[in-house]
Amino acid sequence: MSANGIGASPARVGGIGRVTGSQQYVADIRLQEVLHVKLVTLDCARARIVSIDTSAALQVPGVRLVMTPGELPQPVPRFGPQFGDRPVLAVGETKYHGEPVAAVAAETKDAAEEAARLVRVEHEELPAIFSIAAALYPEAVLVQDPALRPDDPLAGTNVLREHHFGWGDVDAVAASADLVVENTCTFPMVTHFAIEPHGFMAAPDGDGIAVWSTIQHPNWLQKIIAGILGLPLAKVRIFAPDPGGGFGGKQHAKLEPLVAFMALATGRPCRLVLTLDETFQAVRRSSTEVRVRAGFRSDGTLVFRDVEANYLVGAYADIADRTVSKGGYASSGPYRVPAVRIVARSILSHTTPSTAFRGFGNPQPIWAVESNMDEAAHALGIDPLELRLRNLARRGEAFNPGDTPADGDWEQTVRRAAELIGWGSPLPPGRGRGIAVGMKSGPTTGLSYSTVRLLADGSVIVYAGTSDMGQGARTVFAQIAAQELGAPIEWITVVMGDTAVVPYDQQTSASRSTVLMGNAVLRACRDIQAKLRAMAARLHGVDEAQIGVERGVVCLRGREIPILDVLKPGLGRLGGELIGNGEMRRDAEPDHPLGGRAAFYEFNCTAIEAEVDGETGDITLLRHVTVSDVGKALNPLQARGQDEGAAIQGLGHTLMEHYIYDEVGRIRNLGAIDYRIPTSLDLPLELVSETVENEDGPGPYGSKGMSEGSLLSVAPAVAAAVRDATGVVIRDLPLTPERVWRALLDRPTS
Amino acid sequence: MIDCVSIEVTVNGRLRAFAVAPHHTLLEVLRDDLELTGTKECCLVGECGSCTVSLDGRIVDSCLVLAVEADGGEVTTVEGLAQDGHLSLLQQAFLDKGAAQCGFCIPGQLMAARALLELSPHPTIAEVQDGLAGNLCRCAGYQQISEAVLAAAEAADR
Repeated sequence: MSANGIGASPARVGGIGRVTGSQQYVADIRLQEVLHVKLVTLDCARARIVSIDTSAALQVPGVRLVMTPGELPQPVPRFGPQFGDRPVLAVGETKYHGEPVAAVAAETKDAAEEAARLVRVEHEELPAIFSIAAALYPEAVLVQDPALRPDDPLAGTNVLREHHFGWGDVDAVAASADLVVENTCTFPMVTHFAIEPHGFMAAPDGDGIAVWSTIQHPNWLQKIIAGILGLPLAKVRIFAPDPGGGFGGKQHAKLEPLVAFMALATGRPCRLVLTLDETFQAVRRSSTEVRVRAGFRSDGTLVFRDVEANYLVGAYADIADRTVSKGGYASSGPYRVPAVRIVARSILSHTTPSTAFRGFGNPQPIWAVESNMDEAAHALGIDPLELRLRNLARRGEAFNPGDTPADGDWEQTVRRAAELIGWGSPLPPGRGRGIAVGMKSGPTTGLSYSTVRLLADGSVIVYAGTSDMGQGARTVFAQIAAQELGAPIEWITVVMGDTAVVPYDQQTSASRSTVLMGNAVLRACRDIQAKLRAMAARLHGVDEAQIGVERGVVCLRGREIPILDVLKPGLGRLGGELIGNGEMRRDAEPDHPLGGRAAFYEFNCTAIEAEVDGETGDITLLRHVTVSDVGKALNPLQARGQDEGAAIQGLGHTLMEHYIYDEVGRIRNLGAIDYRIPTSLDLPLELVSETVENEDGPGPYGSKGMSEGSLLSVAPAVAAAVRDATGVVIRDLPLTPERVWRALLDRPTS
Repeated sequence: MIDCVSIEVTVNGRLRAFAVAPHHTLLEVLRDDLELTGTKECCLVGECGSCTVSLDGRIVDSCLVLAVEADGGEVTTVEGLAQDGHLSLLQQAFLDKGAAQCGFCIPGQLMAARALLELSPHPTIAEVQDGLAGNLCRCAGYQQISEAVLAAAEAADR
C-alpha cells in the first residue's frame, strides 16, 4: 500500500474547493446576459387548465418571455427515461401539486417572481388520486391518458406495470410449512432533500445548445435534450458540475428541456434554480404497501415466500417503475428459499413523480420481509439472528436461480454485526435489540469509458464521466491512477462533468462507479502500461515480454526503473504524452427478468440497541452497528463516510420523515421547517461502521459497490429493537414518538 | 422600480460600498452582488444552516437577515477563513477527517464550528453536536464533521 494508493485515505480530490467555498455548483456559475426563470404552478394537484393569461405578466419591466404550452412545439414534447410520458409543461391538466403550467424568463429574479405571480391560470380542480387504494378502485379516474400507453393491456387502469418474479411452486409447497406468517408493512413518501436544490441553465451555443444541470447522468441528459430538440449529440454540451448531494433524485432530466426551449426562444442563457419547496415537488421515493406471506418449518427453515409489493409512483414514471422491478425482484432477500412468488406493481397517482432514491426500491420490501422474519422468529421461538443465519445463502450458492450466486461471505458480515451489538448479552429493562439484513442487486448493465493521459513530467489527467456527488469518485479514480502509474496523488487531475470533453458513461447510480468506471480507469492505466512496456523494450533493446509495469515502476531484467525514467527518454525531445483508453461493459441479457444479472450484491447487516421512553414514545438509539461487505475499501475514510451517511439517512425514513398530503393532494410539509431530516442531535449515541473485506468483488482490487447497503435494513432493525424493548409491533413508518406512544397505549395489558 | 439603499459592509476584511434593494437578504447580496458564492442557498427559512455567515462576531442565517441590516457591519464568509492561501485549522481538519462529502453544507458547517470554538475552545462531542444542530448535512457526515471540529480544537492547543 502506498501513501496515496489503494487502501489509503488521501485527502479528498476536490476537497480544498469544498472547504474554501470555491467549489462551483450549478447555482454558483454566473453566465453573462442571463435571464432568470420562475415556474408558474397551481395550488392543487389535478386541475383542468381552461386558459392562461400572460398579459399582466408581460407588463412587468424586464420580462422577456412567458413560456406556455402553446409556445412549445405541438404536440408538447414528452420525455422520460422509461416511458417518455412527462410533458415539458402540463398539457391540458396538471397531474400533481407543483407541476409547472408556464414559466417566466426575466432580467432579474425579482421580475421573474413578480411576473410568475401575475400569470392568470383559469382552472377547474378535478378529483384526484393520492393512495394505492384509490388508484386501484375499479371506477378510479385514470391518471394517464390511455393514448399515452398504446398497446399496453393495462392502459385502462392506473397500474403502470405489474411485474411477476419467482421460482418453484408456492402453492404446492405451502402445505409442508409448519408455520405461515403474514404481515403488511407500509413505507411513507419521503424526499431526497439534497442540501443543494436542483438547478438548471441552458444557453444557445453556436449551432447547438449548452446545458448546465445538477444531473447525476450527464450523458443520459444529453440524449434527452438532443432528442427533444432534434439536434445531433455532438451539438448538445452538458456541463454537470459536482452535484451537492444526489441520492438518486438527480439521476434523470426534470426541467432541463423547459429551460432549453426558453433559451432557444429568447436567444439568451436561461437559469432556473429551484427552491427547496419546489425540489420537494420534483422528487420523492415511492411509498409502498408490501404484504409478505412466508412459510417455515418448525426448525426455522424457509419453505416459501409470497410477496405482493404495491408501489405508489407519481403522475409520470421517471425511473420509478425500474425501482419497482428491481426492488420487487430482490424481495426474496439473501436467503435460500425453495419457492418464491413475487408480484410488484407500479401504481400511478396524482402525486410528485417518484424516482430513484438510495436503495432503489429495495428498502421498502426489505422493511416488510425482515419484519416478517422477526415475526416468524417470535412465533417459532427461534432467536432472530439464528433464524437469519439458518436461511442465509452461503458463498457461491445460486440463491436466486438464473442470477449471480451469492458473491460474499455474508454469514461473516452478520456474525460481526451481532458481535458488535453484543447480541445475546443481558440488557437492562426497557432496552431492546434488533438485527436485520439488507441485500440489493447491483447494476445489471453498464458501460463506462475512461481516457487517461500520462503527461511528459509523469503527472496524470483522468477523464471519467461519473458525477462526484459526495461519494468521492474523483479520489478513488485518482488513487487507482496513482497505484498504476506511480504519480503522487497531488499530480493527478480528474476531469468530469463535460460531455464535450469526457468520454461516455452510462450513469452514476447503483453504487456502480468504483466497480464499472473504476475498471475503465484501471484498464486505461493498463493501456498506458502496455505502451510503457513497448517504450522500454525499444529503449533497452529487450523483448516486451520480459518487461513488467506495475505500481508505478517498470521491471526490466530484475531491475525496477521509475516510470518517469522510461517515459522521458521514450517520449524524446518533442515531449508529448501517453494516452490510454479503457472500457468496461456489461451488456444486457434480454432473457433475464431484469435485463441482466447483478454485477455484484450490496450486502449489509444492521443491528440496533434502543430504549423507548414510555411517556413520550421517543426512541433513543444507544448503539447502531452497520457492517457492509465491500470487497475492498479502496479509501477507508470515504467508505466510512458513505456507510455512516446511508445509515443515518435510513434513520430519516425510519424515525421522522414523511410527506403529509391534504385532501386535494397538496403537500402540507414542503420545506425544512415541517419536514424533518436527521440533524447532529438525532444520531445514535454510538454509531459503529465496519467493513468486511475479502477482496472478492468485480471492481478494481476486489472492490464492490457500497454506498447504499447500510440504509437498506435500518427500519426493520430499529422496529425489532423497539419490539424487543416494549413488546409493541409497529408495521407503519416512520416510528414517530406519537405512533410509538399510541402503540404503547394500545398494548394489551397482560 | 424599487429604490435602492446605499450600504457599507466590511466583508472578509474589505470595506464594500454598494446599493441594495431594501428587500434583498444578506445572502442574496453576498451571492448575487458580491459574487461570493461560497455561502450556499437551500431552505431560505433559517432551518438548514447552509447560508451561515458571521455578522459582527455572531453567526446568522444570512437568508434571514436583510442586507440593509448589515449596514456598517462586519461580515465573514467561508471565503474569509483561509489566510494568505493557508487553510485554517478547521478547514484542514475537515479535509483530514473526510468531513466534506458533497460539500454543499460545508461552508455553513465551518462558520458554525468556528463560532462554536470561539465560545468554547475545548468542546465535548455533545457540545459540538449541539452547536452544529442547526446545520443540516444530508450526506449525514455528522460523525466525521464532529471529529474534525474536535481535531481542530486539539490542533489549536499545539
